[in-house]
Amino acid sequence: MADEKKVTEAVSSEPKPILEVNHLRKAFPIKKSLTGKVQQELIAVDDVSFVLHPGETLGIVGESGCGKTTMGRTILKLHPSSGGQIIFDGKDITNYTNSQMRSLRTEMQIIFQDPYSSLPPRATVGDILSEPVKVHKIVPPSEVKHYVLNLMEQCGLRDYYYERYPHEFSGGQRQRICIARALAVNPKLVVCDEPVSALDVSIQAQIINLLKKLQKERGLTYLFISHDLSVVKFISDKIGVMYLGSMVEFGNKKDIFANPLHPYTKALFSAIPNPDPDKKMERIALSGDIPSPANPPKGCRFHTRCPHATEKCKTDVPVYREYEPGHFAACHLLSDEE
Amino acid sequence: MDQNNEKLLQTQEPEAAEASAVADNEPLDKNVRLMSPGRMVMRRFFRSKLSVIGLIMIVSLFLFCWLGPVVYTAWGETEQDTSGKVEYTRQEVTYTKDGQEFTFVQVTERGVTINSLAEPDGNHILGTDKGGRDVFTRLMYGGRISLMVSFIAVFAITLFGIVFGGIAGYFGGVVDNIIMRVCDILMCLPGFPILLIIGTLLDSAGVESQFRIYYLMAYLTLFSWPGTARLVRGQILSLREQEYMVAAEAMGYSIPRKIFKHLIPNVMPQLIVSMTLSLGSMILYEASLSYLNMGVRAPYAAWGTMINIVAEDPNILQNYINVWGPPGVCIIIAVLGFNFVGDGLRDALDPKMRR
Repeated sequence: MADEKKVTEAVSSEPKPILEVNHLRKAFPIKKSLTGKVQQELIAVDDVSFVLHPGETLGIVGESGCGKTTMGRTILKLHPSSGGQIIFDGKDITNYTNSQMRSLRTEMQIIFQDPYSSLPPRATVGDILSEPVKVHKIVPPSEVKHYVLNLMEQCGLRDYYYERYPHEFSGGQRQRICIARALAVNPKLVVCDEPVSALDVSIQAQIINLLKKLQKERGLTYLFISHDLSVVKFISDKIGVMYLGSMVEFGNKKDIFANPLHPYTKALFSAIPNPDPDKKMERIALSGDIPSPANPPKGCRFHTRCPHATEKCKTDVPVYREYEPGHFAACHLLSDEE
Repeated sequence: MDQNNEKLLQTQEPEAAEASAVADNEPLDKNVRLMSPGRMVMRRFFRSKLSVIGLIMIVSLFLFCWLGPVVYTAWGETEQDTSGKVEYTRQEVTYTKDGQEFTFVQVTERGVTINSLAEPDGNHILGTDKGGRDVFTRLMYGGRISLMVSFIAVFAITLFGIVFGGIAGYFGGVVDNIIMRVCDILMCLPGFPILLIIGTLLDSAGVESQFRIYYLMAYLTLFSWPGTARLVRGQILSLREQEYMVAAEAMGYSIPRKIFKHLIPNVMPQLIVSMTLSLGSMILYEASLSYLNMGVRAPYAAWGTMINIVAEDPNILQNYINVWGPPGVCIIIAVLGFNFVGDGLRDALDPKMRR
């Protein structure tokens, strides 16, 4: 396929990527016959491809239920993928078994949306943070406590929190604990699954700044999933826009904000609130709801809500292509223009 | 579930703590301590009068049964009072002959070697039973058997329940289906009729009387773990979807570590409640079995066995309440005590009960 070639060409000209995702697909069975054959499935992630380089932040945006979280978890192999290829740090981990993954777990970690349910309620902060260090033997047993205290300091946690339980903390502090836990094993890639959407705005800023600071200090690569465009604009180097399981647009932050190609991206960007009250906002209002991923529309998945949809959009699936260097999109309108 | 517990503060200066908890992300003062989940449960437990009463009942029963025989050594469990007593039988026959009334008095003097059915006095605090054994002493030894057997059974049930329920809940799918169907089958079987059959089988196999109860309780364990397994499975099914379990998965922890270090500790509250409540029913089971002469048999003592004596001799039921009353009271105290504690724990562990 032509687009596949373009992806690999783009890779070869740049330094070695830490994460390469090719045509990733994830489907959940929703109906099975008696023999166990899948009769109907929900396609949560469909044909997603992108490349991520060390030290970069990729922001993934999209509506609720568009498969952002599922994609993040599938990349970490927390769900088995149903197609495509995941290449992490030069290794094709698509078909790795759980035991093969175990050694890679120290290199890729995840931070969750809900800081309340993501910490075990009956363990102290010290236990939560030292368990991964002990299990993966990151440092010798005698230095574990020192290591954990050091880590807590880096994440803005006081040393006397060590003996405390998660329920004693507020949301922001719990999220700091979650970040510390993810970083305890010195990962290279961290999937941040809407890490700030459960927090209020002032705390969001603190957590985002903490994530940026840690990225600088440790050279982390983030896959930052969010539905908050302002947050993504602030933290990301690259942005991927997802709609109903597929990537509709992908590119550098600058390009994508300066020149959004896909009509969905344009509609999303028009919804970013502008702090200047005199400036009139030109909202592109989308009608209708996001269709069910169990029964996606034929052709372009966005055609039911697209203001510019043509007959072709209803029948043909648009090709995901590179329109500017490093700027990909999937839309018939763009290819027609050319 | 513990999220609701948070911000329940225990401090000398509650206002200060409240303020710092409200100010989000403002670090709590070093001197202000929030309670651990365990301590909050303890505090709520001890606030309820009924559960404290239950705890006192159980603790005093345990002291009575295990320390009692050490302190009160006048009689042994199976020791018969052979001090004996002289039994007089007096028979009078009166008849009239030639207008004169004659009375024959026949006095029989019989030396009895066993002091059976003695009245309570200084020598025997609660009197003796039919075999001349001290009721008070047997009460203590009988309690040891009754309590110990129930404890062993409940722990075995819990162990089976955790292992099978944990596996079923964690793995789901086919494994879950197999284990749960086995549970269903075991739960369908009628308990008591099969117990009676096993009792007869043990008789014919010539099992010694003090070990019979262990066989029977082993059987009871085998047939009671499905309840606990279902409880554990249900809890684990909901807990494994929590994000901290996904985090554990992302950390690459081994499956035993995930089940036993991350899931089971969070099932423990519900398990402890079900354990205390089933202790009461196990004591009743043991007593019923012994009463039916299926469990511990005389001369060895168990509370049920001690009550069993009334079945042999209605005279004892009518006239010697000191023989069968005390073990009955002990059973009531034990069962009530465990139920009070169980109820108290359930309320204390319920995070919605904020007091």
